[in-house]
Amino acid sequence: MSAVRKLQQRPVLLEVSGVSKSYGGQVGCLDVSFSIRPGEVLGIVGESGSGKSTLLACLSGRLQPDTGSIIYDMKDRGPVDMLLLSEPERRRLARTDWGIVHQNPRDGLRMDVSAGGNVGERPMAIGARHYGNIRAEAQDWLQKVEIDLTRTDDKPRTFSGGMQQRLQIARNLVTKPRLVFMDEPTGGLDVSVQARLLDLLRGLVRELGIAAIIVTHDLAVVRLLADRLMVMQRGRVIEEGLTDQVLDDPHHPYTQLLVSSILQV
Amino acid sequence: MSGPGNKQCDTGDGYSFAYLDEQTKRMIRRTLLKALSIPGYQVPFGGREMPLAYGWGTGGIQVTASIIGPDDRLKVIDQGADDTTNAVSIRRFFEIVSNVATTEQTAEATIIQTRHRIPEAPLQEGQILVYQVPQPDPLHKIDPRENETRKMHAYAEYGAMQVTLYEDIARFGRIARTYDYPAMVNARHLMSPSPIPKFDNPKMENNPAIQLFGAGREKRIYAVPPYTSVRSLDFDDHPFEVQTWKGCCALCSSTVSYLDEVVTDDRGGRMFVCSDTDYCNKRQADRALTTETGGIVAPDEGAKL
Repeated sequence: MSAVRKLQQRPVLLEVSGVSKSYGGQVGCLDVSFSIRPGEVLGIVGESGSGKSTLLACLSGRLQPDTGSIIYDMKDRGPVDMLLLSEPERRRLARTDWGIVHQNPRDGLRMDVSAGGNVGERPMAIGARHYGNIRAEAQDWLQKVEIDLTRTDDKPRTFSGGMQQRLQIARNLVTKPRLVFMDEPTGGLDVSVQARLLDLLRGLVRELGIAAIIVTHDLAVVRLLADRLMVMQRGRVIEEGLTDQVLDDPHHPYTQLLVSSILQV
Repeated sequence: MSGPGNKQCDTGDGYSFAYLDEQTKRMIRRTLLKALSIPGYQVPFGGREMPLAYGWGTGGIQVTASIIGPDDRLKVIDQGADDTTNAVSIRRFFEIVSNVATTEQTAEATIIQTRHRIPEAPLQEGQILVYQVPQPDPLHKIDPRENETRKMHAYAEYGAMQVTLYEDIARFGRIARTYDYPAMVNARHLMSPSPIPKFDNPKMENNPAIQLFGAGREKRIYAVPPYTSVRSLDFDDHPFEVQTWKGCCALCSSTVSYLDEVVTDDRGGRMFVCSDTDYCNKRQADRALTTETGGIVAPDEGAKL
């Protein structure tokens, strides 16, 4: 509990209150509020169609919520409402202080650009103009995500699914973001590759003190990575708390169903 | 460019001066003014059908038709040469529809329409260089979505362009791009300089002439006003460099001009000659003049071409 108390003392990084988004009559997410502090990992679970991805898209600026506010503690300006930020500022934030890891690496990578170029794009976008330094930094990150340096100049389409996902993580973390959004980071990977990726992610998140919001339907992923957990159903948050607490002692009937439906091997 | 007076609207035979109707010329001139005020920014315009296929200079020809006046003297070049198909037909087109004087000499021309080259002779104040542009957006190959590339231009997000240069160095050890080399205009907008060799990129920087770019198929016009900074993209440790040749021009011995390789027979014979024919001819004439006193007759080298 002392770790949690330490987290509580740090200022809030992202404060979300009353965020709703509907698609016509269809509810995407309804009245979602939570806050996250630096270095904290928040898991969002729920079945398909429960509004997880809609919520993540609203938070990361890819969708405009209908109501609510999203206040982010910017490095140089302090707390700012993301919905009032101009588009160029939001795009700049999204490629420097944030990271977005997509479920499908094809959405987050440039498939016809080498691995080194993929990692180097963010530094170049914020003004790096020294080839040697960019390349050294890219290789440093490829090493961190356990990609062999001889593959630096290979294109991601020649990589395996797990390697593509690790490359996507390196591409996002190279600017040392303080907040990373992950949408099903282990989806579509086989179990042993999943385990290695989770291990890597856990190490990086702890080592760099990154706050992360992880959307997944895989309870094992949140058990390993997340400090806190939110359970969503039909667009609403029905239960939230510390991960172990929610998973070991679920209160809401839907959460109980979700936890009991995990296959025991 | 002489002012559009009333006399030129009516050519006396019921046809509009320089092919385009007055409303179209007015629209394109407005576009040109906007393009000149925001250097490097691609301004959309209502491109017209011209009696020429897309890809043969419909953009450049519309720009020229909008700015040309009866007192202008026109030069048209294609790959630096005055006597190639594209140049000859566009020059004849303007001789017919506007009855203006034409020239092959860079220094004499007031308007120069060009494809693929900037003349070797330095341009002067008052001259206008009109480029024919096939693909105006340098970001098009990076992201095919037009709404996305417009945002990238609007917010000056040009990191992705730098990535293409990075890729070149990673693969070939140097920036391998040789033509259509992207440049930053006025430290703000990224511009495609049309398919001129990168050899010509430095000539755009601080040029006293007005440079206008017309893309007919994509219906975009952009411009570089006189004395504007045009910086070619590069890396600190891989600076921008232009092409160099080991030898000199086989006809005029120039070592500073852009050389074309010409195959002369089917046994591997080849020679390098200036791509700018006006520059080359002038140098040959000068040399003939200086050697005349020595009694040497100027060799009939032009026939080799």
